[in-house]
Amino acid sequence: MKELNDVILRTVAKVAVVIILTFSINLFISGHHRPGGGFIGGLAFVAAIVLLFLVYDIEKVQKNIPIDFKVLAAIGVLISVFTGVGGMIKGKPFLSQVFGHVNLPVFGQTEMATAVLFDVGVALAVIGTSLTIIMSIGDDR
Amino acid sequence: MNNLVILPIIIPIITGMVMVLFRNNIWLHRFLSLLATVLIGIVSIMLIEQIKTAGMQTLYLGGWQAPFGIALVADMFAVLLVLVAALVTFCCLCYAFSSIGRERGRHYFYPLCLFLIAGVNGSFLTGDIFNLFVCFEVMLVASYVLISLGGTKVQLRESFKYILINMLSSFLFLIAIAYLYAMMGTLNLAHLSVRVAEAGQGGVITAVALLFLMVFSLKAGLFLFFWLPGSYSAPPTAIAAIFGSLLTKVGVYAIIRLFSLVFYHEPGVTHLFIGVLAAVSMVLGAMGAVAYWDVKRIITYNVVVGVGFILAGFASFSVVGVRGSVYYLLHDMIVKALLFLLGGSIIHLTGTGRLKEMSGLIRLHPQLGWMFFVAALSVSGIPPLSGFIGKIFVTAGTFQTGYFWLGGIGLLTSLLVLYSVMRIFMNVFWGYTNLTEETEKGTTKGLLPSMAFLTVLTLALGLGAEGIHTYVDLAVEGLLNPHIYTGTVLGGNGQ
Repeated sequence: MKELNDVILRTVAKVAVVIILTFSINLFISGHHRPGGGFIGGLAFVAAIVLLFLVYDIEKVQKNIPIDFKVLAAIGVLISVFTGVGGMIKGKPFLSQVFGHVNLPVFGQTEMATAVLFDVGVALAVIGTSLTIIMSIGDDR
Repeated sequence: MNNLVILPIIIPIITGMVMVLFRNNIWLHRFLSLLATVLIGIVSIMLIEQIKTAGMQTLYLGGWQAPFGIALVADMFAVLLVLVAALVTFCCLCYAFSSIGRERGRHYFYPLCLFLIAGVNGSFLTGDIFNLFVCFEVMLVASYVLISLGGTKVQLRESFKYILINMLSSFLFLIAIAYLYAMMGTLNLAHLSVRVAEAGQGGVITAVALLFLMVFSLKAGLFLFFWLPGSYSAPPTAIAAIFGSLLTKVGVYAIIRLFSLVFYHEPGVTHLFIGVLAAVSMVLGAMGAVAYWDVKRIITYNVVVGVGFILAGFASFSVVGVRGSVYYLLHDMIVKALLFLLGGSIIHLTGTGRLKEMSGLIRLHPQLGWMFFVAALSVSGIPPLSGFIGKIFVTAGTFQTGYFWLGGIGLLTSLLVLYSVMRIFMNVFWGYTNLTEETEKGTTKGLLPSMAFLTVLTLALGLGAEGIHTYVDLAVEGLLNPHIYTGTVLGGNGQ
């Protein structure tokens, strides 16, 4: 693989990874009212990382993103479950959500919902799980 | 609305995930896994008291009312099973501490057990057939890993079969759900019950009901048990005990729930069919138990007999028969876990599973021998142990409905079960002691307390049957009067 001249792949990947990551965040944020959300946003994020795996190699990417993805998935699940538990403390059913409008300095009037926190958890869980799967299959040792 | 209902599902998930964060701290794993089962036990006892005084408890996730949102329903039957499952898991985890080994512990054994329990509890508590499917999958995915954890040759061979057969049954499960949704337009169990009652259970609905029966029979090992003896004898003892005591029972629970709540209008077809399957699996299971000379095989075939017997009582569909089924189900979960643990300890000590190669174990291990004796009597239903009360009600129920053949087969196979476990007892514990303390392959150090606790439980369930009969009767009342369930869950919605 290393002997091949993959300069085109490398050049394209450098741009494409940034675009895919931006798009994944866009998918994630739009998910609250329009199609998208934590699951699909997480998968798009994983697609960017997989592209990095293809262009460079797993060791190099792991050195630059020093995260144990299994732990990331666990943290994601915990975030999601605890947003559900949050409602229980106030006597609401599990998984109740609230939202309100907050005046932020740059964005102006913005809708903030606890469901987004749940979605963050979903996104982390998806990223962690799929990267763990891909890395354990891709690792041929 | 009662948030306690969700706790048996999220407690194991939260503790399991915390364990994943601290992967190498085995002591933390052990502590948290025990803590989780104890908490589930406490929550289920609280729920049992609430249900006793205030009736069935429900929870609509996120406040979305049934039938539109996801409903969790805790009726007495479900919560009793959650409690017993927590007790059994507690004992199996204690047993695992000194038997599962460091390597499996480091590879997420304890978190996986808890995810399995989350799936099992979810299946018991869900009020929605699609979530039943989801919880089944949670449980199965955890069990796929548990059965292959360690990666010995026999485990990999059996897990391959196990995964294939469960994929097939999940696939059929999904198809059956799709058929049901296409016809009824809802997946909420209470809503389904109302709609099936309104539309009448015609031929097509009965056909779908039989498809569901086939799916759950595959999971429960009712007649379609060809995969079970191999798969359940492959993993280490503690895992096999959890499997043998809980996994098949979830399938049994699903059959009882669906055929008492939704498809209960044609007992002459569906319930008779369940009865026939139960009879066949009792006969075949007993034949298997008598035929083999291998401890693990004999015990796994006894699982099949137990499943057949529980559903024989349910097939009679009378108050007495269903009461017997509930008693026997609770008893069977405890005593099967006990038998698996005892059998595993014997194999651990002697280093072989073959009956003909061992003898005289009682001289060095009297406690083990007597516990096995109690378990053997209990599994075959000798009074005053816990199997007796279930057996008598199941038999009376089948006789009441006129299924004399079913009750008769149940009694006959009980004798064969007694013979099969007594044969283990006589071969392993009686006779000339051919092992000394030095030549034993393992020790029972740390293994005895969990088995002793289960033995006490089976004794207590037998002697205290009078004490729990109010709870069991409430469970039976809930099962045989589906309008209580639908009325509580739907409250005025969904008419």
